[in-house]
Amino acid sequence: MSDTTAPLIHKQSFLPKDAMNALVRRLVDEGYTVIGPQVHDGAIMMRPLTTADELAKGVCDEQDGGRYRLTDGDSEMYFDNVVGPDSPKRYFFPPQQKLFTLTIKGERFQVDDTTPKPPKYAFIGIRACELAAIKIQDRVFGIDVDQQTFRCESDQYYRRARQNALFIVVNCTRPAGTCFCVSMETGPEAIDSFDLSLTELREGFIVRTGTEKGVALLGQLPAREATSAELELASMKLRRARDQMGRRLDTRGLKEALDKSMEHPRWDEVADRCLSCANCTMVCPTCFCSTVSDTNDLATGQVTRTRFWESCFTHQFSYTTTGPVRSTIRGRYRHWLCHKLATWWDQFDTSGCVGCGRCITWCPVGIDLTEEATAIREQQTEASDRSGRGFVDEWAE
Amino acid sequence: MPAHNLPTNSGAKPTLAVFKFSSCDGCQLQLLNLEDELLTLVGAVEIAYFLEARRRVLPPPYDIGLVEGSISTPEEERRIRQVRRDCRYLVSIGACATSGGIQALRNWADVDEFIRCVYPSPEYIKSLETATPIAAHVFVDFELRGCPVNAEQLVELLSALLLGRKPNIPTHSVCIECKRRGYPCVLVTKGEPCLGPITQAGCGALCPRCERACYGCFGPMEQPNIRSLANQLKNEQGRTNREVKLALRQFNGYMEPFKQAGDYYERLEQKET
Repeated sequence: MSDTTAPLIHKQSFLPKDAMNALVRRLVDEGYTVIGPQVHDGAIMMRPLTTADELAKGVCDEQDGGRYRLTDGDSEMYFDNVVGPDSPKRYFFPPQQKLFTLTIKGERFQVDDTTPKPPKYAFIGIRACELAAIKIQDRVFGIDVDQQTFRCESDQYYRRARQNALFIVVNCTRPAGTCFCVSMETGPEAIDSFDLSLTELREGFIVRTGTEKGVALLGQLPAREATSAELELASMKLRRARDQMGRRLDTRGLKEALDKSMEHPRWDEVADRCLSCANCTMVCPTCFCSTVSDTNDLATGQVTRTRFWESCFTHQFSYTTTGPVRSTIRGRYRHWLCHKLATWWDQFDTSGCVGCGRCITWCPVGIDLTEEATAIREQQTEASDRSGRGFVDEWAE
Repeated sequence: MPAHNLPTNSGAKPTLAVFKFSSCDGCQLQLLNLEDELLTLVGAVEIAYFLEARRRVLPPPYDIGLVEGSISTPEEERRIRQVRRDCRYLVSIGACATSGGIQALRNWADVDEFIRCVYPSPEYIKSLETATPIAAHVFVDFELRGCPVNAEQLVELLSALLLGRKPNIPTHSVCIECKRRGYPCVLVTKGEPCLGPITQAGCGALCPRCERACYGCFGPMEQPNIRSLANQLKNEQGRTNREVKLALRQFNGYMEPFKQAGDYYERLEQKET
C-alpha cells in the first residue's frame, strides 16, 4: 500500500457484475486466502471463500442498538449490507495464538518461539471504516514506522500478515442504523490505503485502483472505461450514503470534555445498564487488548504460552495483588470510553473510534457510544462530589 | 524432574480421590471421558478412591479430593466433614457441588410434600430441607463450575494443582468465548433470551455455537449485571417476570447472586397476580 504515483493509480473504470467470479478466482489462483462477507448463522461474517457465490449477495442488514437482522435485498447486489461482528482484526491479530513453548532439556529450557507464517490474505468487501481501523492498529502493533508515537513492540505475526495482505474495499452506498463514519471522517468512501476500491451499481462496479498490485489485478479483468453517467451515479450514491448515517457524533471538544469527566453522573447511569460482558471490545476493530496464559502438559512437562483476546471489562484485565484496579462497572466503562475517544489521542495520536457502530449493534442491551459521549460532552456539570454511590442493596424492594 | 511439584505425604505420586454426593455422576463421567489425557493423568497421580472408575480403594489421606454433588441428606452432611479431613486439597466440581444444583430447586418448595407424593413409604426417606453446595459445609480450596464441568478445565485444574500454579479458569462472561470463536450473538441476531452476558465462561460457548441461548449452567460471572439483562429481556423481548425468574432458577439458581435476583423477580411476579 505504498503511495506510488504511477499514472494508472486512482484511475476509475467499470467492471461488470459477472467479473466478480473472475476476480475471486484470480485471487485464489495467485495463492491468496480470500476473506469476504458471507452469511453464517444469521449474520454477515468475514470468512474464507473460494468462489464469488459464497459472498452475501442479495442480503441486507438492519442494525440498531442491541439488534441485528438480515433481510432479503436486491438480488443483484453483492455488498448491499454493512459490517457484521467480524473485522480483519481476527486475521491479523488472531483471537487465540500460541506464542512459544518451553521444553525441559537436561538442566535448561529449550524455547520454541517461531512465529507461525500467516497466509497471504486478500480481503474483499471490507469497508472504509475497516481500512481506517487497520491504520490505527498499525500504530498499536508498531508497524507504522512513519509516525512518532507508537510505543508497543512490533508484533511479528501482525506485521507479516498485514504487509502481504491485499485490500479490495467496497465504498458503502447503504449505511446501517448504527453507522457514523462520516462523523469520524473515515467513510463512507475509502480515499487511500486500498489496492482496489469498488462502488457497486446494479450492473457493475466503478473500480478505482490504489496500488500497482491493484492495477495489475484489474488488468486481468474485463474492465472498461466508465461512462460519465456511471461515474455520476456512483458519486450520487456515495453522497446519499453520507446523508443517511444512522448515528452521528460531534467530536469537537470531545477529548477535552472526556478528560475532565471523571466524576460525571452519566457514568453511574451507564453503569446501571452496562453488562461488563465485553462484547463491545471484542467486536471493535481497533480494540487490541490481550492476555497470556501458560499451560503445562502433564505427560511431557512442556509449557505453552498462549495469547487470547482480552477486554478491559474483565476483572482479570486490571488484576493486581489487591484485586482488580477497576473494580466497578462504572470504572470499567469510563475507562473504555475515555480511552477510545480521548486518551487514544495521547497514546497513538489518533482517535480509537472509526464510527463502524459495532459496539452499539452488538451490545446486548444496546448502549450507544454516540449517545453516552454526547451526554458527557453536553452536560458539563460541576464535578460531582460523590465518587460512585458506594454500597447499594441491589435487590431491595 | 518430577512431573509434579505437589508435595505428597509419602514422596510417591500424589493421590487423587473422587467423591460423589447428591448428583447425576455426569461430572465424574467428564473425568472418564478425557480419553487422550486419561492415561497421562493416571500416570501423574495415584487414583486412590474413585468408585465410579475402580473397585480398589486406598486408605486416606489423599492429596487431591474432587467432590461432585450437593449436600442433601444428614448422612452426606456428616460424610463431607470426614472427606475434608481426609484431603489436602478439596475441589468441588460441577453445579451441584458449587451451588446445590438442580435439586436445590426444592429449597423453594416443601420437601415433605415432595416425599409424600413420590415415595410409597416416605418414612424411609431421610432428606434435608435443603440441597446446599459443599462450601456451605466445609472449606473448599477451589470450585470448578458447570453442568457438567468442562473436561479441558478439569485437566487444566489438575495440571495446575500438580505443578503448584494458579489454574487458568476465567471468571468473565460467555460472550468473550463466543466472540473469540466467531459465533454470532443469538441475543442480538435472534432475540433469544441468552444468559451469556451474565454467565461465567468455561463451556466453550456450547449452546450459542448451536444457535441456542445460553441457560447459565456455569453460574454467574464476576459482577453480573442481572437487572440490566433482565430489563432487556422484558422490555425488548417481551419476557415476563416469571420467565426471568425461571431463567435464573436453573442449575445454579441457588448460587448468589442468581438466588437473590430470582427471588426478586418472583416477588415482582407475585405482585402482578
